[in-house]
Amino acid sequence: MIKLLQHLGLYFIMMKKVISTPEKWSVFRKQLVLEMEKVGLNSIGLVIILSFFMGAVVSIQTAFNMFSPLLPSTLVGLASRDSLILEFSPTVISLILAGKVGSSIASEIGSMRVTEQIDALEIMGINSASFLILPKIIATILFFPFLIIMSMGVGMIGAWAGGLSADVTTADFISGLRYGFNPFYITYAMIKTVFFAFIISSVSAYFGYHTKGGAIAVGKSSTIAVVASSILILLFNYLLTNIILS
Amino acid sequence: MIEVRNIEKHFGENYVLKNVSFIFEQGKTNLIIGESGSGKTTLIKILIGLHKIDSGAVLFDGVNFNSIKTKEQRILRQEIGMLFQAGALYDSMTVEENIMFPLSMFTDKTEEEKLERVNFCLKRVNLEGKNNLLPAELSGGMTKRVAIARAIVMQPKYLLCDEPNSGLDPKTAIIIDNLIHEITKEYNITTIVNTHDMNSVMEIGENIAFINHGEIWWTGNKDELLNSDNKELNDFVFASELFKRLKHEDETC
Repeated sequence: MIKLLQHLGLYFIMMKKVISTPEKWSVFRKQLVLEMEKVGLNSIGLVIILSFFMGAVVSIQTAFNMFSPLLPSTLVGLASRDSLILEFSPTVISLILAGKVGSSIASEIGSMRVTEQIDALEIMGINSASFLILPKIIATILFFPFLIIMSMGVGMIGAWAGGLSADVTTADFISGLRYGFNPFYITYAMIKTVFFAFIISSVSAYFGYHTKGGAIAVGKSSTIAVVASSILILLFNYLLTNIILS
Repeated sequence: MIEVRNIEKHFGENYVLKNVSFIFEQGKTNLIIGESGSGKTTLIKILIGLHKIDSGAVLFDGVNFNSIKTKEQRILRQEIGMLFQAGALYDSMTVEENIMFPLSMFTDKTEEEKLERVNFCLKRVNLEGKNNLLPAELSGGMTKRVAIARAIVMQPKYLLCDEPNSGLDPKTAIIIDNLIHEITKEYNITTIVNTHDMNSVMEIGENIAFINHGEIWWTGNKDELLNSDNKELNDFVFASELFKRLKHEDETC
C-alpha cells in the first residue's frame, strides 16, 4: 500500500513537470510528428490485422449461437457492430496497444535513463520530463481515436467476411449494421479511447522515467508498464462505462 | 571558477561527502581523484545539480546554485558543458543532430549558422565529415570526442568531465586528455575532470583534489602529488607498478 502511494506521488510529481509549456515550439512540433509516426502510423498494420480477424470471429460466433429460427440473420450484423464499437475496438485494441506502444515508450525512456541521456538533457537546462513525455502523450491522444475508428471499420469488414462463411448474406448483414444505430456509442468509445491513450502513454513513461539500474531494469520497467497500463485500462473501462452508460 | 563550501551529503545512513570544500580554478584543468566509491561521482553530480546537498554551498562565479530559482538554475546550466562517462549521446540522432541539439533548443540561429558551428566543433575534435554517422557507428574514442563537441558547442564557461578515459586504450585516452586540456586553455574555462586514471593525472593535473571516504584528504598539483607524504594518497597513486618504479627511479637519481 505504501509502495502504491509512493508510485502515485511520484507519478503526479512527474506529471506536474510534464504539463508545462515546451521550451521551444519548433522542436516540440518536430517531436510530436516523430511520435505520431512511432506510436500511431507504425501501429496501423497491427490494428488492421487484429480488427479484421476479431470482427470475423465475432460474427461467426454470433451466427453459431443463433439456434432459434425466429432470430433474423440481420442480428449478426447488429451484434457485431455493437460489440466492435462498444468494447472490442476501444478496449481490446487499447489493451494490445498497451503492449506494443506502452512497452516501446517505457523501454525507450528507460534506456535513456540508464545511459545518462536524460541527465544530459537536464544538465543542458531542459525539462526532460516535458521534453520526452509530453509529445508522446499528445501524440497518443491525437492518434489513438483514428486507430480505433479504423479498427471499427476494418472489424466490420471482417465481420461481413466472417458472416459470409456462416451463410449470412451481404444484404442481411448490411441491414443489421444499419438497424437501430445509436451515434452516442461512437462518442462513448472515443471518450474511452482518449482516457486509455493517456493511461498508456503516461503510465509507461512514468515507469521508464524512473528506471534505476541497467538493461535488466529497462526490461523490468517495460513489463511493469504493460501490466500496470492493462490493469488501469480495465479499471477505467469499468468506471467510465458505469458513469457514461448507467 | 566553481567553489564548493562545506558540502555534506548522505544517502540514508551512509555519509558520502563530509565537509568538502575546494576551489576549482578558471583556466585550469581541475581534477577530482580517488578510489571507486570515494564520492567523486556524487560530488560531480552535486555540482551539476543532479543530487541535492544536505548542507553547504556550490558557487558558480559567486552565484550560489542551490539558492537560486529552478528557472535561473536552468539558465545557469546552459553555461555548463558536461562529458559523461559513456558519452550519453542521443541514440536516435546523428552526430550532427547531437551537436546541433543545444543550439536548436536555446538559440535562434539559422540552419546555416548552426551547421557552421557544428562543423567548427567537429573540426576542433578532429572528426570532420562525420556528421551523418549514428552513435552506434562510432568507436569509444569517437563517441567521447563527439560528446566533447556537444559539450563545447554552446561555448560554456564550465566543462565537467566524468571519467573521460574509461574504456579507452592508453593512446586514445591521452588524445582525449590533451583535447580537454587544450579546450580549457583556448576558451579559458573552468574544467573539472573526475578520474582515477593516474596517466590522466600526470598529463593534465593542474589543480588536484584527492577524495577519500567522502573527505578531501589532499590538494595540490601533479608535481606536488609525487612528493606528497600523505599515506592514503601514496597508496592510491603508487598502487601501480609503473608509478612505484617511477618513484623509485626518482629517489635513486
